[in-house]
Amino acid sequence: MLQFFGKHGISVAFVLCVVIFSLSTQKFLSTDNFLTVVMQASIIGTIALGVTFVVIGGNLDLSVGSLLSFATVLVVDLHDKVGPGTAILLMFVFTLLIGSINGYLIGYLRLNSLIVTLGMLSAIQGITLVYSGGKNVDISDQTNTWFAFFGREALFGVPVPAIIFIVLGIILQIVLLKTGFGRKIFAIGGNATASLFSGLRRNRLVFSTYLLSAFTTGCAALILGSRVMGSQNNVGEGYELLVLAGVILGGTSLLGGSGSIARTVIGVLILAMIQNGLLLLGFPYYTQWLVTWVVIIVAVWLDIAAKRGKLFSTY
Amino acid sequence: MNTQTEMKESINSQPEEKPLLKLKNVSKSFPGVKALDGVELDVRAGEVHALLGENGAGKSTLMKILAGIYQPDGGEVFLEDQLVHMSSPLEAREHGVLLIHQELSLVPDMTVAENVFLGNIPRFANMFVNNRHLNERCGEILTRLNCKFKPTEKLGNLSIANQQMVEIARALVFQPKVVVFDEPTASLTDYEKVVLFGVIRELKESGTAIVYISHRMDEIFELSDRISVLRDGTYQGTFYTRQTNEDEVTQRMIGRDLDADIEHQPPELGAKALEVSGLGIDGLYSDISFDVHAGEVVGFYGLVGAGRTEIMETIFGLRKPDSGSVQINGQNLAINSPSDAIDHGLGLVPESRKEQGLVLGMSCKDNTTLANISEFTKLGWIDTSAERKVFEEYMDKLRIKCPGWEYSTLNLSGGNQQKVVIGKWLSTSPKILILDEPTRGIDVGSKSEIHHLIRELAKTGLAVIVVSSEMPEVLTVSDRIIAMYDGRITRCFDRSEVTEDTLIRAITGQTGH
Repeated sequence: MLQFFGKHGISVAFVLCVVIFSLSTQKFLSTDNFLTVVMQASIIGTIALGVTFVVIGGNLDLSVGSLLSFATVLVVDLHDKVGPGTAILLMFVFTLLIGSINGYLIGYLRLNSLIVTLGMLSAIQGITLVYSGGKNVDISDQTNTWFAFFGREALFGVPVPAIIFIVLGIILQIVLLKTGFGRKIFAIGGNATASLFSGLRRNRLVFSTYLLSAFTTGCAALILGSRVMGSQNNVGEGYELLVLAGVILGGTSLLGGSGSIARTVIGVLILAMIQNGLLLLGFPYYTQWLVTWVVIIVAVWLDIAAKRGKLFSTY
Repeated sequence: MNTQTEMKESINSQPEEKPLLKLKNVSKSFPGVKALDGVELDVRAGEVHALLGENGAGKSTLMKILAGIYQPDGGEVFLEDQLVHMSSPLEAREHGVLLIHQELSLVPDMTVAENVFLGNIPRFANMFVNNRHLNERCGEILTRLNCKFKPTEKLGNLSIANQQMVEIARALVFQPKVVVFDEPTASLTDYEKVVLFGVIRELKESGTAIVYISHRMDEIFELSDRISVLRDGTYQGTFYTRQTNEDEVTQRMIGRDLDADIEHQPPELGAKALEVSGLGIDGLYSDISFDVHAGEVVGFYGLVGAGRTEIMETIFGLRKPDSGSVQINGQNLAINSPSDAIDHGLGLVPESRKEQGLVLGMSCKDNTTLANISEFTKLGWIDTSAERKVFEEYMDKLRIKCPGWEYSTLNLSGGNQQKVVIGKWLSTSPKILILDEPTRGIDVGSKSEIHHLIRELAKTGLAVIVVSSEMPEVLTVSDRIIAMYDGRITRCFDRSEVTEDTLIRAITGQTGH
């Protein structure tokens, strides 16, 4: 029983969420609402894809929330100044630059990832405010720009944000499971010393996981900027914890060495469903925070209980 | 009639015959493995009872049941004729059963005294720690153990051997009835071993029952009163040490004859594969020069801390030398990282297979191909079936006992884990293979297999270096033996000229000039 929950707990929770919300409100189980959920999940989910690599590699990235703010402000602000194409390019350049600073400090200088990215979180907030001068930014002509494609349009009835999220998820799942790079990330997270003795270059690998999380954060900024066509300076505040919640809910170990993109996707979808379902049921929006916390605790508990074979620890 | 039975009982219950600890028909299963199947054991007060078995025979499982870490699926445990259930180490401790772990479980940043009383700190008014009292009580126990270090010493500053003494001291605090030693000598030098044995004998004299687990036959015969043997999770019988011999228990333990002794022909020497000259790292070792030819096995023998491991790590690119050079196949090379070393045909089976050798959470197959994963990838894509083929090849060749390629190395026995590490390096087709303590903590069966393997590898033209702290091992596998003492090479022996006596002199600094 416990073993079963350890392996499939996340899928069970997913089904449970669907069933409970479907029974309690008619609006929940419809294609439209499902697409809404995926759409809502797409921003946090896209970031979580990259962060999953960081966590499997044995590190944390808490800077993604404020990096999202920075990237969104940047791409929206530059849109009118240099045109959408160049704006997107520049946004990715600066986002990856910040990712590479994280990667250099953590991979090459071997600094603690919690400290580096926590510091980066506030550093980027500062940079964002300096850049924008504290003012909100927006795009003046919101109807006649192809930039709207990423957040507002749909292909074959599926919103583009959902497509970006799912396609990126499939690609990264394949990278994680089928390529030498993915295998090496598991190895450095599982046992850094043994990986070193096996000739893996840990510094380079850790570096690239931070580039990856910066890249997926950039993609999320694209979706967010395009959907809102404007941005506040603190739009991504608190996202780092929601992202981490999704990753943990998906069963990726914070100690590194195990995890899966597919399960991260399910984890993020559960969080979005809870949010969506509670709103449909008429609860105030802040109930989701409490419920999310309870769900995470139960998920982590079941995970640990499955590993030790008992619900409670005897000593 | 009545008196007769009473008499019988009184004979049976003579103090030295009465078991203090008794296990009846104990079984334990894990998913896919029956670790213990109807195991019996009785341990008497005041005896050293050795538990013998190959890795994977179920010794560790049995010990964990005694220590309350695992609960048996079937069978009963009696302590002083009382049926007991020990559902946690805490409960086992309350019953007076204490396990001295193979891997030390101490806190390096705390003092000796704090470690000794960890979890049982005598407190004033249930809140405040009285350090002086703590240190005094700890000092008493240390004196009993003949330890020379102070209770106030920071644990991390002690040698491994002394840390082991702290571990024993910690057990003594609870005035145990049964103390279980799990491979206590694995990382001890010969001198430290003698001290430890003294302590164990003293415990025995004072009426404590000792369960002693070891792979080392000589130790078991030196120390124990009785020997119980396990094989594949089943009980193979108990013997009085004085009435049995190594052959008999070995036979019981492995259920087959050990392969005949390794024959030694003078090796067919190939070209010089590795030449090290004047290598040194300040404070670790200095002026190390030697060479290894293709087709020969060079043994590095010395005490723990003589600098052998550090030299190998330097050759393998894990440390930067302050002086000297390393030539491979006659070429002067700068090896700055393990991946450079691997590119130049070097392989290193490291000292500690769990920390340095394996990613324990990964499968056997994934571990096997980890060091040369790029050879299994095309455009970044891993060819899983090629990986499987290679793992299965080595599974056959090295006789790795494992349910399948996807099986996690975490659940393998020590011997099989080590074989996976060796397989990993053989799959990189190295020219030079370094094995650092290749059989530490491994049962005799696997040990002998690994020794044969080393000889065979040399025959196929590999240059092999074996670092070992065990003299029989060095004598068995090496063509030449390099003795080290305190960071220097003291002597280099040909196999034909070496004697145990000269070797001991060389590694203890008495070169006898």
